[in-house]
Amino acid sequence: MTKSYDVVMVGGGHNGLICATYLAKAGRRVLVLEANEQLGGGAATREFHPGFSVSACAQWMYSLNPTIAKDLNLASHGLQYAAKNLHSIALAKDAKHVTITGEGGVEGVSAQDKAAYREFRRKMGKFSKLLDKLFTVRPPKVIENNWTDRINLLKIGLGVKLLGKADMYELLRLGLINMFDVMEETFDDELLKSLISFDGVLGAHMGPRSPGTVYGYLYRHMGDVYGFNGPALVKGGMGSVGVALANAATAAGVEIRSAARVKSIDLTAERASGVTLENGESISATLVVSNADPKTTFNNLVGRRNLETNTVRRVKNFRTKASAAKLHLALDGLPEFTGLSAGQVGNRLVIAPDMHHIERAFNCAKYGEFSTAPVLDISIATVHDKGLAPEGKHVLSAIVQFAPGQLKAGWTEATKNAFKELAINTIADYAPGIKELIIASELLTPADLEGEYNMTDGHWHHGDISLDQVVMMRPFPGSEQYGTPVDGLYLCGAGAHPGGNVMGLAGKNAANEIIKRGGSA
Amino acid sequence: MSEVSVQQANDRETMLIHTPFHSRSSALNKLNSWENWKGFMVAHEYDDYELEYFAIRSQTGVMDLTPMTKYRITGPDAEAYLNRLVTRDVTKIKVGRVGYTVWCNSDGQVMDDGTIFHLAEDEYRLCSYTHCIDWLMWSAEGFDVEIVDETKQVAALAVQGPTSCSCLMAMGLEGIENLKPFGLTTFPFEGGELMVSRTGFTGDLGYELWVEPALAEALWDQLFAAGKQYLIRPFGLYALDMARKEAGFIQAAVDFVPAEDQVRVGRTRSPFEIGLGWLVDFNKPFFNGRKALLKEKENGSRYRFVMLDIEGNKPANNSFILNKKGKVIGTVTSAGWCPSAKANVAFGQVDAKYGEIGEELITEIYYERELHWTKVLAKSVVVKGPMYDPPRRRATPPAPF
Repeated sequence: MTKSYDVVMVGGGHNGLICATYLAKAGRRVLVLEANEQLGGGAATREFHPGFSVSACAQWMYSLNPTIAKDLNLASHGLQYAAKNLHSIALAKDAKHVTITGEGGVEGVSAQDKAAYREFRRKMGKFSKLLDKLFTVRPPKVIENNWTDRINLLKIGLGVKLLGKADMYELLRLGLINMFDVMEETFDDELLKSLISFDGVLGAHMGPRSPGTVYGYLYRHMGDVYGFNGPALVKGGMGSVGVALANAATAAGVEIRSAARVKSIDLTAERASGVTLENGESISATLVVSNADPKTTFNNLVGRRNLETNTVRRVKNFRTKASAAKLHLALDGLPEFTGLSAGQVGNRLVIAPDMHHIERAFNCAKYGEFSTAPVLDISIATVHDKGLAPEGKHVLSAIVQFAPGQLKAGWTEATKNAFKELAINTIADYAPGIKELIIASELLTPADLEGEYNMTDGHWHHGDISLDQVVMMRPFPGSEQYGTPVDGLYLCGAGAHPGGNVMGLAGKNAANEIIKRGGSA
Repeated sequence: MSEVSVQQANDRETMLIHTPFHSRSSALNKLNSWENWKGFMVAHEYDDYELEYFAIRSQTGVMDLTPMTKYRITGPDAEAYLNRLVTRDVTKIKVGRVGYTVWCNSDGQVMDDGTIFHLAEDEYRLCSYTHCIDWLMWSAEGFDVEIVDETKQVAALAVQGPTSCSCLMAMGLEGIENLKPFGLTTFPFEGGELMVSRTGFTGDLGYELWVEPALAEALWDQLFAAGKQYLIRPFGLYALDMARKEAGFIQAAVDFVPAEDQVRVGRTRSPFEIGLGWLVDFNKPFFNGRKALLKEKENGSRYRFVMLDIEGNKPANNSFILNKKGKVIGTVTSAGWCPSAKANVAFGQVDAKYGEIGEELITEIYYERELHWTKVLAKSVVVKGPMYDPPRRRATPPAPF
């Protein structure tokens, strides 16, 4: 007999699990269907070489919303940190590294830059707090007269006003411009500028000069409001987030099935009425919530034939181009980086010598090529979390930019190897002995990440976090406030407001909206 | 500035595109009276619009139809594609048949009306008023279809009137008398192919002829030679407009604003609001506008299309429509005298509360005689229409002449 559920969740990524748990706590009968064996989506741990595991997609935790962690009691469900408040160190070939410390300061620059950084952080912190007001509610619609939305808008408007005249002007000015210009007008040190601006383009198909990258920076630094002072490492890798969330979900009464890939979202009289799995099994539900990205949800699961031309166009134009690859190395020992102590190697290491270098690296991706001089964000988690590798061995995980998902020359063994070598050689410039330590290596291109984690184009955020694709315009007008043009179908993933990163607010807000709209919403 | 003589001005190249029939139509256009039809130059009136109109109703009239926007839609998903695009069930239009339809945007507002010709398996022609290649291409996402604008690759003539079938038979189109309304067939013609559909915009017996442009002049010549004994004559858009009003056909951009052309919010109409609700089929798979149209069906429409039989003979163009208490409830979109029906017709848009068949309304008509303006409040009865609907329009085979 086919069981019936109040809600069937397509995808057991972190947002899907969070949404499911809140819904179950509100009394809904929820089934989560995950295509992969592992739960957590982009929060995943994977053994890429016997005995060696890495966080295979997201590698740092820096913005999990604390309300969610508390509501879902994630600590008691197994979420532990191996390290918190790590430094971000921009490597210099001459060992004159620049460090943004976990205490919120900066080392290795002039007193003037130190002061400028304090002021920069003060200002950005205020903006992040303001964004938090927007992130923790459903995105307000501007045109329709709805009191909840009006009050939310008023609160945000009031928040803008309360910034004070100078900071308000700064917000309005900075919001639309790019990291390059902001860095140029704020700091002197090239390496510091590069380190900070890199945060604005991580995971994005943008360079420091791309408009809207200041928003990208603020987005990345939401963790500063959520109790993170710099990146953290989850014990056991990011996959432990999935495990803890699955435990919390199960405890709340959510039924979870992994290795159950949804083939289609079924419609009855144009209303979402359930799903059909790849094995042919049909499951009916009052509501379908999709944790899958908008393109997968609308194009593959609902089907373009069941959608208005306008909707199909909006979905097509939602920008999902990704150009962040992942490099994983199994190492025979801890690599030595010029000018860093063994203790320091466990921090976040950034290779991005200056902003022009990042911009040039991005230029390649613009034209469908991989960067000939890539920029990297490196994590050697085994410094803090020995369990990820055999005794005395280490794993290195790095985000390597830029490598377009749709490489003009095509991703073949040859092109993948060429980019991998390029990335390894780049690291070797700063850690000369590292090549001798490599036991195994792998490169995951955005195309690989797409296949592995079921994200269109392998985009972390399911679509660019840029001003035209946020708040009420995420993923696109006509599909906002977690609802979609298809009645009975909701979105709760990174493709919905406020977006991606292991933050969880899209899942939580979606649950709130579904609960608010009541029974069959 | 140099003086330009009338002759020079007339000889000047026009901005408008000549159709493949231009050499023939211009030779007969005694008034040199032309209209701009979507960038093409077509006759407004050849010599006397009234005689042209009466050719449609008593003999055979011929009109250059080439500017009609034509799209060829082919591929394995052609049927599914069209079924998502338009409001009626395209699967019911079999090969060799033509269907009239409308298509809507996501708000359920009419973008255009037109005809779908099912030419062969997986092959269709869509004729429309608007140029809508962008919409057609956007709608093709996810469908395996090819869409080609073939407006300039196909020359077309409308051959309309009671003796039209006889003309075509005399031209040698064997078996044409057996072609049923909304049917289409082909004949070999001058080494090419002539497609004939039993369609038209006059409400009379009539056909439309479609050939490649290279054969256009030969087609015109043979048709006029064969039709001479049946008093064949060309007609322009003026006569067509008279005929279509009499036949109860609404005209895009006159009786409704195509949704993409709208400038002011709220000026578009749904199929229900322009009297074309019968073209909306909710028993077929998803189509553009479906959700909005279902909602409208449940909650009611804003406007209603009415056809009015107006007392007297003063044309009710641009008139207000009043209820019996004198309150303005709508406006006239098309109006005119129907010579064959001997009726004064108007199409109008009224508040949906009004306009039941048989309801008596008032049309406020202003008319002028030698700069003297007069107002009449003419009694106007809502009729089912059309004003003129001769049985020969549907007779197969049509009566021979």
